[in-house]
Amino acid sequence: MSISRRNLVAASALIPVLNLVRPAQGQERLKVAGIHTVPVENAWNSRLHEALVNANEAGTIEYVFSESVANTDYVRAMRQYAEQGARLVVGEVYGVEREARQAAKDYPEISFLMGSSLKAQEPNLGVFGTWNHEAAYLCGMLAAAVSKTNTYGAVGGYPIPEINRLINAFRAGVARVRPDAKFLVQFIGTFFDPPKAKEAGMAQIDAGADVLFGERIGTADAAKERGVLAVGSLLDYAPRYPGTVFANALWIFDPILGAAVADVKAGTPTGKDYSQFSFMRFGGNDVSFDPQLVPVDAVAAMEQVRAEIKSGAFEVEIDDSQPT
Amino acid sequence: MTEFWDIVLAASFWAAALRLATPLIFGTLGALIGERSGVLNLGIEGIMTAGAMTGWLSVHLGAPLWLGIAVAAVAGGTIGLLHAALTVRLGLSQHVTGLGITLFSVSLSSYLYRLYVPASGSPPKITPFAPVHLPVLSDLPWLGPAFFQHTALTWLALLTVLLVAWLLWRTPLGLAIRMAGESPEACEAQGVSVFSLRTGAVVAGSALMAIGGAFLTTAAFDSFYFSMIQGRGWVCIALVVFASWQPGKALLGALLYGMFDAFQLRLQPLVPGVPYQLFLMMPYLLSIAALVLVSRRARVPQALMQPYRPGER
Repeated sequence: MSISRRNLVAASALIPVLNLVRPAQGQERLKVAGIHTVPVENAWNSRLHEALVNANEAGTIEYVFSESVANTDYVRAMRQYAEQGARLVVGEVYGVEREARQAAKDYPEISFLMGSSLKAQEPNLGVFGTWNHEAAYLCGMLAAAVSKTNTYGAVGGYPIPEINRLINAFRAGVARVRPDAKFLVQFIGTFFDPPKAKEAGMAQIDAGADVLFGERIGTADAAKERGVLAVGSLLDYAPRYPGTVFANALWIFDPILGAAVADVKAGTPTGKDYSQFSFMRFGGNDVSFDPQLVPVDAVAAMEQVRAEIKSGAFEVEIDDSQPT
Repeated sequence: MTEFWDIVLAASFWAAALRLATPLIFGTLGALIGERSGVLNLGIEGIMTAGAMTGWLSVHLGAPLWLGIAVAAVAGGTIGLLHAALTVRLGLSQHVTGLGITLFSVSLSSYLYRLYVPASGSPPKITPFAPVHLPVLSDLPWLGPAFFQHTALTWLALLTVLLVAWLLWRTPLGLAIRMAGESPEACEAQGVSVFSLRTGAVVAGSALMAIGGAFLTTAAFDSFYFSMIQGRGWVCIALVVFASWQPGKALLGALLYGMFDAFQLRLQPLVPGVPYQLFLMMPYLLSIAALVLVSRRARVPQALMQPYRPGER
C-alpha cells in the first residue's frame, strides 16, 4: 500500500480500534525498535544494541532494529516503526533534534527514548545522556598508580560534552592521586578512523604518555604496539587487548532501558530525562579492571571512592569544557 | 621552534609519515594509471572501502594475509571493470559514474560485511602484517626505527612506484596507455584498441586502490569499520594532480601528506589552546598550497575525461 493522503486518513480511522484490541498491559513482550545512525559496531551504539538484545533474549521485549540510518532518513524510520506497532523506539537524535520532536508529537501513543543534547518533550519523548564519567574518574585513580612517566594521553573523536566530561573526569581521578600529573589530549575529528586514532596514540606515547585514555578504538592498539597501558571507554576492551587495557569506564544502558520499558508497561508518560539511570548508583556505569595489572593498594583506594560514589557521599564533578 | 625539531628529529615521526602515506601511495598510483589512459576514477573511495573489507574478510575467514591482499585486488579490479564498462564502453560521464561507483561499493561492502559478521560491539580482529625485520638495516640506530621497520605492504607500495614508472615510461604498453590518454585517435590509428587499453588501465588501477584500502585493515589496523577510509581516496585524486601525473612525484606528494599528517598529530598535544581543527586542516591546507604551486606547470593528459567514440571527429 503506497502512502497517500487517502490511505493515511483511512488508516487513522483504525487507530481507536487498535487501542481496543490491545492486550492487557504487562503481559505482552513489549515491541521495541532501535534506530541507529551508524552500524551497531560503533562503540556507543553497541551499548544500546547489547542492552536491547539482552532484554530481547530475556523475553521482556521484542527487539527489531535498523542500522546505518542517515539523519535525513531518521525521522522517516521513527514514523515507520511507530506505524508498525513498536511501543517504544530507542535511538539517537543528536542530528535531528527538532524534527524528531515534531514526529514524536504525531504519535502520542508511542514512546521514544532518544540520546539527545536537549531536554525531554512531554508526554512521550524521553531523553538520556551518556554518563560514565564516574567510572572514568575511577579509571583515572588506577591510571595514576600504573603510570611511570606521570604523563597521560587521551584520544577523542570530537570535543563534544559527552567526550569532554569523560576525559576531564579521568584527569580529575588521576589528579586526586597525583596532583602533579601531566596531561595530553588529541581530537582526530572523526568517529570512524581507528588507524588514525592509533597514530594519534603513538604521537602521545612519543610525547611521553605511558597511559592512554582511549575514547576511540585504535588508541589501545598504539599502546599495545609500544608496550604501554590503556584505559577503555564505554565497553570492555580488555578481551580485545589483554595485558594492555587494564581498566575500562563501562557505560551500561540496561538501567535506562529497564526504566523506560517499565514506564511504558505501567502506562507512565515517558517524556522525561532518563539520564540519572546512567549514574553508578543505578548501575548505569562502572569500572572494570585487570587485577594483574593494577597494584592492590590502588584498587583498595579506588574501591573506597567507588563505594562513596554509590552511596552519594562523593560526587564526581561534571566538567563539559574542552580539555586542553 | 624547539617543538618543531623535537618532532622532526624523532625516528617515530618518519615511521609514522611513511605508514600514513602507504595507502595514499597505492591509491594515487591507481588513480594515476587510469587518468594516464584518459579515465578519471572517482570510484576510488568506494574501491578502497571494498578492498579494506574484502581483504580483511578473507583473512578473517581463514585465508593467509597475502591471499587476502589478492582477493582485495580482484575485488577492486572487478569494480574497476564496472567503471570501465560504463565510462569507456558506454562513454558515460566519468564524474557521475565514479561517484555512483563509490556509493555503490561502500554500500555493497557494508552489506556483504554484515552477511558474514554479525553485529557486535567490538568487531572481530585478525592477526595483521607485522613489520618486516631486515638484517642490519632494521637494527641501525635512528635510521632503523625511522625507515626500516615497516610492513611488507609499505615496501610493496614503494616497489609499485618503481614498477608503474617503469611501465609508463619504459615499455611499449606504457607508451600506448599514455597515448590513449593524450590522443585516442592516434592510438586507434596505430591499430591499438583504446577500449582495451583504458579498460585495462582502470582495472589495474582499481586493483591498486583496493590494496591501499586493504592496507588499513590488514596492516595499519586489524578490524574493518564502515567508512574507515575517511576521505583518503579523495586525497589521492588531488595528489595525482599534485604529481603532474608522474609516479615519482606521486610518491613525493603522498610522503609530504603523510609528513604533514604525522606532524600535526604530534604538534596537537604539545600546543594546547589552539583549536584542534586547525591541526586537522594542516595536511589539507599544505596540500592545496603545494597543489597551487606545482600544478601550474602540470601537463594534463589531453584526452582525460573525454570518452572515445570510434569514428567520431
